[in-house]
Amino acid sequence: MAYEPVLLRHVGHPEVRTVAGYRERGGYRGLEQALTMEPDEVIEAVKDSGLRGRGGAGFPAGLKWSFIPKETDQPKYLVCNADESEPGTYKDRILMEEDPQQLIEGCAICCYAVSANTCYIYIRGEYVEQAEILEEAIRDAYQAGVLGDSVMGKGFKLDMYVHRGAGAYICGEETGMLESLEGKRGQPRIKPPFPAVVGAFGCPTVINNVETLCNVPHILERGADWFKQIGTDERNTGPKLYCVSGHVERPGTYEYPIGATLNQIIEGCGGMWRGRQLKAFIPGGASAPMLPAEFADTPLDFDNLAKAGSMLGSAAVVVMDDQTDLVRSVYRLAKFFNHESCGQCTPCREGTNWAELVLKKIVAGNGKPGDDELILRICRNMGGTTLCPLADAAVGPLRSLVQNFPDEVRAWLDSDGALTPARQYFSEGVTV
Amino acid sequence: MADTNGARLPDEIRDAIDALRPRYPTEEALLLPALHLAQRHWDGWLPDEAIEAVAHELNLTPAKVYGVVTFYDLYHQKPVGRHRLRVCTNLSCALRGAEEVLASLKNHLQVDENEVTPDGKCSFVHFECLGACEQAPMMMVDDDYRGHLTPESVRQIVEELD
Repeated sequence: MAYEPVLLRHVGHPEVRTVAGYRERGGYRGLEQALTMEPDEVIEAVKDSGLRGRGGAGFPAGLKWSFIPKETDQPKYLVCNADESEPGTYKDRILMEEDPQQLIEGCAICCYAVSANTCYIYIRGEYVEQAEILEEAIRDAYQAGVLGDSVMGKGFKLDMYVHRGAGAYICGEETGMLESLEGKRGQPRIKPPFPAVVGAFGCPTVINNVETLCNVPHILERGADWFKQIGTDERNTGPKLYCVSGHVERPGTYEYPIGATLNQIIEGCGGMWRGRQLKAFIPGGASAPMLPAEFADTPLDFDNLAKAGSMLGSAAVVVMDDQTDLVRSVYRLAKFFNHESCGQCTPCREGTNWAELVLKKIVAGNGKPGDDELILRICRNMGGTTLCPLADAAVGPLRSLVQNFPDEVRAWLDSDGALTPARQYFSEGVTV
Repeated sequence: MADTNGARLPDEIRDAIDALRPRYPTEEALLLPALHLAQRHWDGWLPDEAIEAVAHELNLTPAKVYGVVTFYDLYHQKPVGRHRLRVCTNLSCALRGAEEVLASLKNHLQVDENEVTPDGKCSFVHFECLGACEQAPMMMVDDDYRGHLTPESVRQIVEELD
């Protein structure tokens, strides 16, 4: 069954970075279509498509747009979340590099639908080259009349700006991002009010992920019915990018209908690295609970992964072979969450720190029986107790390690700490 | 307004900031872009003078600017090398040998993280996921991504820097 890529269809055609080149290959038909419709009809089409947010939470995009108040004199904003920082995730980078006009088109359609006249693309500070590519593409879009005082001559005014972050995972959380955009420390806000009502600069704001917005032109051009036919079921629709890393032969960003299985994805990557066996995988970035190999046939979509006790998240698939030490792997993720906790909420600031310390002690060979229960206690004190989901994210790998892989932890607690080959990330050579 | 000790941004940075003003409804929103520009001017880090100059330009207190600077990993408050190396050591890179790459780099440069080599050429840090896991293990060399590193190639890359 051949699948024709949608989001990545322009990979290998650098000419699409310009409006002319993008149009040549069929681009901007979605925006043209949208501009013939009433804004509410555009929102309805996106709602009807079933498109869910690709940034992590999976919230229905059209519904999010419909929360923007209609009767208000305040300006409205779209902030495109290009702060891609979830470990293992690099799909938005590929979309911005390979097809920046597709993103501009998606942003423009969203702005038209919610009557926003300003769009900020908040891109992580490390993506210097990608920010330049976007700046260049936006300049070209202004010159071509796609952006500016009258989008495609239809009288809708739209300005679009790239705003660079400065290195902070928490700015991927939508209210942390708004704080950062406003020139502050990126500490998440108390909700409600939600950004749809009080967002950027106190005004109604939509925040969508890059990949979410890149889906939008295709929904407008080809219809919600076409979009709904792609995927597992009516709650899991459309194309999906899976960014694969770790122990596969050809790591990369691959596009499938949402709901591809790990087995399919590994096969697409040329198989397991060096022909080894699968031990575990993370299906959706560092925040997603780790699953054992038995789940390799589970469709990787929102609902099937929730049923499996994990989540689709950012669809960053981290594959770990039979020589991987999962305790050391989770220790690395615990260090990450401790480093990235913004420090605002006590359970997260303290919990991520303790999680790192306990795992550090274990991998130094000083673990004690009962430390596995201690990790679960830390998780219980963090989950659901904070302003933003970072604490819940930190719990994902910790709890799944103890619950899904109890033997891995016990092997450390029962040993004297001497490293065996199976306890290294990898055991021979390096890579490529 | 707090005293900013008379520190001022050079004209070309003030012009660059002025060009960005129409983009935002508040002056405060210019802070991150202004700090990026200032850091580039002050050789890759932000001495107190730079923080005070940015504060003055945007009518903010130095304390407010300082608070923002300390929040973000890409702003530095200590001198850095002419070339800044950021080695990703998060899971996807670790699974492919990032710790060995980092150890090799450290051994080659003979300095610790956040220190500058005596010739001023390089400083390095380990870093969280840089979003290029298909090239793991990888690092940033100044603004560029370099992937598929080995303990040998990382030394080679350093040698080829000017």
